[in-house]
Amino acid sequence: MNGAHDLGGMMGFGPIAAPPSEPVFHEKWEGRMAALAMTVPGDWSIDEDRSACESMHPAKYLKTSYYEHWLHGLEFLLKKYTPDSSSPMRPEDIWAALTARRSYTRDVQTPAAFTIGQKIRVRIMNPTTHTRAPRYVRGHVGEVVKIHGAHVFPDSNAVARGENPQWLYTLRFTAKELWGHASNDSVMLDLWEPYLEPA
Amino acid sequence: MPHDGHGHDDHSELSPIALRVKALESLLIEKGYVDPAALDVLIDTYETKIGPRNGAKVVAKAWTDPAYAKWLKEDATAAIESLGFTGRQGEHMVALFNTPETHNMVVCTLCSCYPWPMLGLPPVWYKSPPYRSRAVIDPRGVLAEFGVALSEKTKISVWDSTAEIRYLVIPMRPANTENLGEEELAGLVNRDSMIGTRLAGKAA
Amino acid sequence: MMGFGPIAPEANEPLFHAPWERRALAISLAMGGTRQWNIDMSRHAREKIPSAQYWSLSYYEIWMEGLKRLLTERGLLDASIKKLPVLEAANVAPVLARGSPYTRNATAKPLFKIGDRVKVRNLHPEGHTRLPGYLRGATGEIALYHKAHVFPDSNAQGAGENPQHLYTLRFKARDVFGANTDDVLHADLFEPYLEAA
Repeated sequence: MNGAHDLGGMMGFGPIAAPPSEPVFHEKWEGRMAALAMTVPGDWSIDEDRSACESMHPAKYLKTSYYEHWLHGLEFLLKKYTPDSSSPMRPEDIWAALTARRSYTRDVQTPAAFTIGQKIRVRIMNPTTHTRAPRYVRGHVGEVVKIHGAHVFPDSNAVARGENPQWLYTLRFTAKELWGHASNDSVMLDLWEPYLEPA
Repeated sequence: MPHDGHGHDDHSELSPIALRVKALESLLIEKGYVDPAALDVLIDTYETKIGPRNGAKVVAKAWTDPAYAKWLKEDATAAIESLGFTGRQGEHMVALFNTPETHNMVVCTLCSCYPWPMLGLPPVWYKSPPYRSRAVIDPRGVLAEFGVALSEKTKISVWDSTAEIRYLVIPMRPANTENLGEEELAGLVNRDSMIGTRLAGKAA
Repeated sequence: MMGFGPIAPEANEPLFHAPWERRALAISLAMGGTRQWNIDMSRHAREKIPSAQYWSLSYYEIWMEGLKRLLTERGLLDASIKKLPVLEAANVAPVLARGSPYTRNATAKPLFKIGDRVKVRNLHPEGHTRLPGYLRGATGEIALYHKAHVFPDSNAQGAGENPQHLYTLRFKARDVFGANTDDVLHADLFEPYLEAA
């Protein structure tokens, strides 16, 4: 969805306030919120979780902080799902859970449609559900610089339609192509095959 | 104590958002979905155990060990795992080596994707609309705000983390550091230099 | 943009929802009469309100915030008193009736004619513009030609009226949004926003 979370290229937010040092959590509730989100034994994917955070009203999304987005997301998901209370995470499980090696790569039967060096256009698309194709690259032509194998496809996974793995590429776009800038800077993005078409 | 009280005094000092989180936490604890002690461990983990010094170790090793740097270039996930850094939000790693020709900078315009096992939780500015909106369209202006002025000849490569691939910038090794050991070198690697908004520190 | 929720039209909607809205409209128009800024400057002042605030304010709250910014920028809220051409009650009716036309004499011939295929340039100006983000890079057809008009991108910056040819472009929704429909949409775009397709 074209929500307030899709910020690439937006103007008017003012300077980036980056203090030389800052605490990990600015207030106690932020730590509690982060911990809650990571321990509730919910049967939802990271994509559903992101989609839940993005469902906030744009004004509210931009006015609230990072962990308040998480709170909104968790409240949203808890209205939809009932967590499993039979096996809550124990203190001694935390380190293993946080450092467990997980993977989003999956095996697929079909070969990758595009090759490194190929010029590819991002489809002009405006799904009303979760997507990882930001608005600012749609319709633009980039070059494939890396093929990551097939990964879980967020657009399906976020709407509980299964992992539907798809080939994942890193594309390079010139700043000139994206913004009309006269510079030789570039922006790289990870994009799944269904977002792309031959240029 | 964070979760001891039902006292009114405690509540009266809390902001509305803090009250909302507390209410949710109490409810989830009551339902048995979460263990309050596990919450404490989690908070402590990110406050004291996982942070940018992990990433700094990766960078310092890459600076001193060419074979490791090569491995990091070819398979960052495995090379980083070999130092013991794995887990949530670091499942698929790519290392971006800064050179005099190319300066890399990482953003997530859509949310705030960030390599947690290497850098800990992201700072507020990384998660805020100003950075998320401008990093892709005006990277040089963003760098200027961080006090970094690159040569006109240096090309900027911005990486927008739209998938589960996480990017770690390997900043350029500062000059006059030939005699420093890995540990001292790691001390020169600041968090922002691994995001790409600053350079590594100068040798003392 | 998505996520703003339903449009929620009100049945029997009043013209003003609170007495202060009435005053807000009147103050804004009256201050416009002092000619301390033009319409493009006042639009730009409203657009400069940070997004989070902008999206949570009502229409007249945005007007008031924009007005406050214009007044502050021009030092009209400080202790000094400036002499301004004040809109008098007797003049309100004729001023409103007269309006302010934006057509001007052009300095050059129009580059495009009706039926031409043109492409919207990929422009990202930091100042005010009337080129909506979603049309950048889209190709459309000239449907109407309006002669030259005051160019908001210049006028908002106090850089003069810099009149430019104004066209209505017709776009296929398919080209702009990838929508699977035969719908079309139109936008009025100034010549500097356009190039031959």
